[in-house]
Amino acid sequence: MSGTFTKSMARNIFYGGTVFFFLLFLALTYDTNQALPKRDNSQNLTPEVIAGKKIWETRNCIGCHTLLGEGAYFAPELGNVYVRRGPDFIKAWIQAQPTGAPGRRQMPQFHLSDKELDDLVAFLKYASEINTANWPPNIEG
Amino acid sequence: MQYKSQAVAKPYFVAAIGLFVGQIVFGLIMGLQYVVGDFLFPALPFNVARMVHTNLLIVWLLFGFMGAAYYMVPEESETELYSPKLALGLFWIFLVAGALTILGYLFVPYATLAEMTGNDILATMGREFLEQPLLTKIGIVIVALGFLFNISMTMLKGRKTAISMVLLLGLWGLAIFFLFSFYNPHNLVKDKYYWWWVVHLWVEGVWELILGALLAFVLIKVTGVDREVIEKWLYVIITLTLVTGIIGTGHHYYWIGAPEYWQWWGSVFSALEPIPFFAMTVFAFNMVNRRRREHPNKAAVLWALGTGVMAFLGAGVWGFLHTLAPVNYYTHGSQITAAHGHMAFYGAYVMVVLTLISYAMPILRGRAANSPRAQVLEMWSFWLMTIAMVFITLFLTAAGILQVWLQRISTAPLSFMATQDQISLFYWLREISGVIFLIGLVIYLVSFFVKGESRVGAQ
Repeated sequence: MSGTFTKSMARNIFYGGTVFFFLLFLALTYDTNQALPKRDNSQNLTPEVIAGKKIWETRNCIGCHTLLGEGAYFAPELGNVYVRRGPDFIKAWIQAQPTGAPGRRQMPQFHLSDKELDDLVAFLKYASEINTANWPPNIEG
Repeated sequence: MQYKSQAVAKPYFVAAIGLFVGQIVFGLIMGLQYVVGDFLFPALPFNVARMVHTNLLIVWLLFGFMGAAYYMVPEESETELYSPKLALGLFWIFLVAGALTILGYLFVPYATLAEMTGNDILATMGREFLEQPLLTKIGIVIVALGFLFNISMTMLKGRKTAISMVLLLGLWGLAIFFLFSFYNPHNLVKDKYYWWWVVHLWVEGVWELILGALLAFVLIKVTGVDREVIEKWLYVIITLTLVTGIIGTGHHYYWIGAPEYWQWWGSVFSALEPIPFFAMTVFAFNMVNRRRREHPNKAAVLWALGTGVMAFLGAGVWGFLHTLAPVNYYTHGSQITAAHGHMAFYGAYVMVVLTLISYAMPILRGRAANSPRAQVLEMWSFWLMTIAMVFITLFLTAAGILQVWLQRISTAPLSFMATQDQISLFYWLREISGVIFLIGLVIYLVSFFVKGESRVGAQ
């Protein structure tokens, strides 16, 4: 048995298999790219949303929260927080941090301006409208 | 040591272990913050501790991989390293840049750090595991290219073995996929799609090639089994890895806005991803059973076997538990994810680096193996860390099942924060397990300094 299946055969199957599946992956990526405009809410990718994404990134919100289920698991999912709480609550909440409640997980105060808060909310609204195949299962995220 | 230049591996291993200790300290801080939510707030908010913990993990494993390559490649290629000076220079550059980055996370508000380091020129910060400033990311690329140049030039002038070729392929793949960390589209769906080209194609892709090569190298050395046998197995394992793992990337594309056919492609292919890990375990046990020699380094053999088992359990089994789309719909972004992540990283990558260090460090220090007393301590550390990690994983799995039930499945779902309160017992148990892990790590450190008579002399 081991006489017929040689190291060279194994190596060639490795190269062939890897190339084949990588090409398949590229094809699926191309198709995904073509399909995205119908799902990704990119028609609402406004300058405010782009600015909001930058605030999301530069305050490292993903360091505590998840967004579409990805990130850290210390604080709530924010992909649907726009639907769960609405823009006014989100802004008020961010402005009111930290709660200082003893023993409760704390969120920093980021000293965001009104424009920055509006941009961030725009980003969260945009995220909530992406077609995520009905994820999360409920409003709690 | 067969080649003088293998000595450059030593500082890399020392740095790796030092950064590992730092990683665990910050892990314990975070574990406590899970249950005492304001612990060290506002001086050290959770997200800062987290980016230190995860970035230290990645950097110490990179130091480990580089040290492993500097040790393995001269021996495999049967020639001295192309430039030991370059290796040492890059060591200091990487260490200093890494230290400065960590200090930046700790002492500079993240938004300010971003402004100071060119994030407005090209915005690459603020994504999980890729929190590094642009300057640091560029530094990583430069260090990686220098390292790859050094290793590749060494291999070009010497013998090419399957082990060194697979290692090199994995390392080049690591560097190439890291380039996607510079691509951060405004479109959130595309952002996430390509983010996984770094993360998944690393840990469920090219890093497995590195893992396979390191394990194969140690197994050849400690068992004496014929190279042809081991290298054929290695090709089989990495074939299984990439054939399942490339399309398996789709298991990250279920709920991020990508087309829904990914639920099928991702589920089917990622369900098969445990197979290479199973093969690796069978491979390791088989080789040790068929060994032609009794190598004096028992600890290294234990680490090698343990790597197979824990990688299979953590990456393979725990990965499988939540990889199918209908299950993942409920568990996505929960403590199930954290449970899998911890055991997978520890079992696959922490353990393979510690395996290589266990094998190579005594030789770098002038002996075939450590004294029996030192080995016994090292084996104690293996068991303490490994069993602690199993319990960390079990407790987080329990927390995750309860979380999913209470927050997502129950007909009267609780909010995220209310759910977290309900499962805090499991977080306390996890933290206690984490303390045991740290004790294991301390014993591991001590094992390097225990003398006692070595059965086998200098090599």
